[in-house]
Amino acid sequence: MIPEIGHFALVLALLVGIAQASVPLIGARRNDPRLMGVAESTALAQFGFVAAAFAALTACYVRSDFSVLTVFENSHSAMPLIYKFTSVWGNHEGSMLLWVLILTLFGALVAAFGRNMPESFKATVLAVQAWIAVAFYLFILLTSNPFLRLAPAPFEGRDLNPILQDLGLAVHPPMLYLGYVGLSITFSFAMAALIEGRINAAWARWVRPWTLAAWMCLTLGIAMGSYWAYYTLGWGGWWFWDPVENASLMPWLAATALLHSLVVMEKREALKVWSILLAILAFSLSLIGTFLVRSGVLTSVHAFASDPMRGVFILAILVLFIGGALALFAWRAPLLKQGGLFAPVSREGALVLNNLLLTTACATVFVGTLYPLALEALTGDKISVGAPFFNLTFAPLFIPLLVAVPFGPLLAWKRADLPGVTQRLLGAFVVALLGIAATLAIEGHPVLPALVVGLALFVMAGALIDIAERIGTFRVPLATMAARARGLPRSNWGTALAHFGLGVVLLGIVGETQWGAERIVSMKPSDRVTLRHYDFSFDGTVPRSGSNYRDLVSRFTVRRDGEVLGTMQPAKRTFLSRNSSTSQAALMARGFSQLYVSLGDVSPDGSIVVRIYHKPMVLMIWLGAVIMFAGGAFSLSDRRLRVGAPRPARSAAAMQPAE
Amino acid sequence: MTRKRRRLTLIGAAAVVLAIALGLVLFALRDTIVFFNSPSDVISNAVKPGTRLRLGGLVAPGSVVRDNDLDMHFQVTDGNHSIGVAYHGILPDLFREGQGVVAEGTLEPGGSFRADTVLAKHDEKYMPKEVADALKKQGHWKDEYGNPGATAGTAK
Repeated sequence: MIPEIGHFALVLALLVGIAQASVPLIGARRNDPRLMGVAESTALAQFGFVAAAFAALTACYVRSDFSVLTVFENSHSAMPLIYKFTSVWGNHEGSMLLWVLILTLFGALVAAFGRNMPESFKATVLAVQAWIAVAFYLFILLTSNPFLRLAPAPFEGRDLNPILQDLGLAVHPPMLYLGYVGLSITFSFAMAALIEGRINAAWARWVRPWTLAAWMCLTLGIAMGSYWAYYTLGWGGWWFWDPVENASLMPWLAATALLHSLVVMEKREALKVWSILLAILAFSLSLIGTFLVRSGVLTSVHAFASDPMRGVFILAILVLFIGGALALFAWRAPLLKQGGLFAPVSREGALVLNNLLLTTACATVFVGTLYPLALEALTGDKISVGAPFFNLTFAPLFIPLLVAVPFGPLLAWKRADLPGVTQRLLGAFVVALLGIAATLAIEGHPVLPALVVGLALFVMAGALIDIAERIGTFRVPLATMAARARGLPRSNWGTALAHFGLGVVLLGIVGETQWGAERIVSMKPSDRVTLRHYDFSFDGTVPRSGSNYRDLVSRFTVRRDGEVLGTMQPAKRTFLSRNSSTSQAALMARGFSQLYVSLGDVSPDGSIVVRIYHKPMVLMIWLGAVIMFAGGAFSLSDRRLRVGAPRPARSAAAMQPAE
Repeated sequence: MTRKRRRLTLIGAAAVVLAIALGLVLFALRDTIVFFNSPSDVISNAVKPGTRLRLGGLVAPGSVVRDNDLDMHFQVTDGNHSIGVAYHGILPDLFREGQGVVAEGTLEPGGSFRADTVLAKHDEKYMPKEVADALKKQGHWKDEYGNPGATAGTAK
């Protein structure tokens, strides 16, 4: 019964979605408040139905109802309860259901909290949101129904893919989807703005919190995925430039650019057309990501199953939405008025530079990700574009961006004084130089990593100087400073935090890639290995059994200068139902650095191949992302974003010189 | 500055950044991409030694020889031809004889292949897509490769 209820709820959601996609739009045209009002209730109802469908599927998993095909294929009765929950989305069908759940969640949130918008605009936004939802309901119901039954029902399931039997699966996909799918709201806002022909600073203010929330989740989702890969794949890599990772990085870059261009739009009414385009592109990239991951054109752990029909269906959705949106953009965008003027050296100018570099970097990732697919379709040649390509194209574009980061917030709007700002950043330059000198003194050549350390410190110090300047450090008494710090808009704190986090990430990256050390050795019990200052002695192996797996745990005692720091227990985990194994790496944090031990093959003679890594500053990579998330949260809590009416801005026209 | 000049500055800056990016992309695409080949491709295309490529196929059953814990060699086959691969390092968890594998490395003068990376399937259900395609091309694709029931059922 339960799967049928879920299936039925999903069909109801489709019907409600069709109503929401059409009725409010007619209402907005006719200016009929009753028809427009439909949007709110249908958005909430859609969320209710999808949530019911999702709950039904979850119930099937938790009860190990193997008469449901997806449950049979991806679950096992002996699996720990937490993985019964997470395996709901550890497969294609369930993850698409999670996708629409989050899509309707955002729709419901706009319906419930988007009070400060004109009624017709809100109705249009929700209608566009429903178009997307309807397309994906059809996709799920026609090609990826998670509620299909099996008759007769098998006694036992096939178990979840061992790599996915990890806590990472509980957090990474929902977080990533919140970001990915959250960008649908910005898309709907952009489409509504084009349909209504209304776009101004207020639009930027409405759309900013949603973009920010999606960006925060995306940041954290990507970081979690990276950490998950780092500890499960067993060789300590945290970013692979894998197409699936790129699929999440591209929307992130576009959303980051959008966040910055919205600032200009809100404050100065400039970059309107560009912001609309970015909003469309950001979600388009999310859709492309969904296509890449879900269609089976790529092989990766994320591509759960491939069925040509699915690929074609998503491709059709993709073409329809991206093509339709861009066509609407081409038709309506020329109607939008020009915004305020600014000199190249100004806050606006800096934000334009930010956008330019971010979108170009995004474009290089796009080329690197899709070129192999295009080439194979055209010539049949199979190539792989890996890390060397991205290091060569992405990094040179990101470095000037990072150099510019500390300057941006210090520049004045309209026309800024670059020498003055450089002078204010003197402290950051000094910190950067000290960092470079210290790095060279400790690590010696080559010079490049030291320069990157300098750059990271420059970004971090720049963020601190931004705050220090705003609260008047060293110029006013302490009490005034504290008062100013309290009075400083949260969004300023948010900016500084996010930029600081960026510097932290860079520091982690350079530390891990430049000064990491590794040893791969074959060890027998009571063998010893030294890596850097650390001594690893292999104490032996013990078997341990879990609910649906058996572990072969190896114990290592870690010493530094003879003093015992603790034990590390990496394991080989064998899953009984699939007869396949995974490596469970052991991690030991030393400040921001980590020791990492993972196991390779066990020989018949009892020796075991061990990989030992020292990863300096590696934790900063993810810590930085968390700081960026916190920066976003601060900014999101800014009062201005919650207060409805924009402050009465001076008319843009009045400020423009007659030319 | 007039509106027109400002716009020109903006377009100029955008053009410069885009030109740099384009240059980087073209340069990188020439030097950093790696072609995928099946053993038959390597032989029929007479790939030059020293070329970096990805070699994909099945690990020939019974061909895995361990010289010691970290050095090993095995044959990669697509059914018609096979190439010997030498590898130093840890094999992925899902590396098995008779199953799909992608080895990245360089072709040596003697016609053997030195791999620095070995990728196996992500899980026991699926074969790397390139390998599946290469096998189909060589006419050695068997349905059970793609069929989870069959692979999971074989006693190992």
